[in-house]
Amino acid sequence: MSVLEFFAMKGYAWYIWGSYGVAILLIIVEIMLVRHKRTITLQQLRLVRDAENED
Amino acid sequence: MAINWFKYSAPSSFYGLAGKLIPWFAWPAALLFCMGMYIGFFVAPEDAVQSEAYRIIFIHVPASILSMMIYLIMAGYAALGLIFNTRLSSMMASALAPTGALFAFISLWTGALWGKPMWGAWWVWDARLTSELILLFLYLGFIALQASIEDPRRADRAGALLAIVGSVNVPIIYFSVQWWNTLHQGSSVKLSGTSMHIAMQQAMFTMLVAMWLYVIAIALLRVRSIILYRERNTQWVGELAEVKQ
Repeated sequence: MSVLEFFAMKGYAWYIWGSYGVAILLIIVEIMLVRHKRTITLQQLRLVRDAENED
Repeated sequence: MAINWFKYSAPSSFYGLAGKLIPWFAWPAALLFCMGMYIGFFVAPEDAVQSEAYRIIFIHVPASILSMMIYLIMAGYAALGLIFNTRLSSMMASALAPTGALFAFISLWTGALWGKPMWGAWWVWDARLTSELILLFLYLGFIALQASIEDPRRADRAGALLAIVGSVNVPIIYFSVQWWNTLHQGSSVKLSGTSMHIAMQQAMFTMLVAMWLYVIAIALLRVRSIILYRERNTQWVGELAEVKQ
């Protein structure tokens, strides 16, 4: 079986790779969002602390 | 060895524990996902009826199972928070909701892409599909409701009520293929056995375990931010190395 044949999935390529592609993409986006959220939260906490220290 | 489990119901001790646990779930999840994909695409044979199209099963079924399981666990945590007034349980419920919504969406999306070549339709308003769509709306409703209430403890209680009432939908999804005459097929794997090829079972089960581990890892990562934010005025948060710098 050639690589092209494999990816063609006997004519079901769009359905199969559309399923896995979107699922994997969304999972990667979720990981990025959750990690970003942690960075933002830590920044927020430091900003609040610095603002309180200035008072 | 006596472990004081109640110690970890305090957000301050759970925060550190969760941080240590994440890699132990995340890396096996990634490894098993690759293994599951390999078995699913290179070991499992072609299906006699559906040809290659059936391979969507390895993502569709685990995502669907997890979308239901996550909902029940989320509702369970929310109920614990409501009954015992434990802050951490409510935070766990909030941490699980977005991932549950994601998996419900993946279930519907992969289902549509599987339905088109097999049934000739992206979508039909049958019992299984409609109840899974309601599950997605319940997750989104839970997230929106919590986001709309400023006081976190009140948001916890309102969300918990929605989560508990909505959990009646999960058995409806599960049994829909038996209770109603639907286009969606019944379970391929039952307690009484299965007619699936062994490699197909292995691929599906490996993907299910991988996605389970992923859910735990991502929920722990998300709950750590929720803990930090909600406990921001406490001394222990101020003394954390990552906050101090």
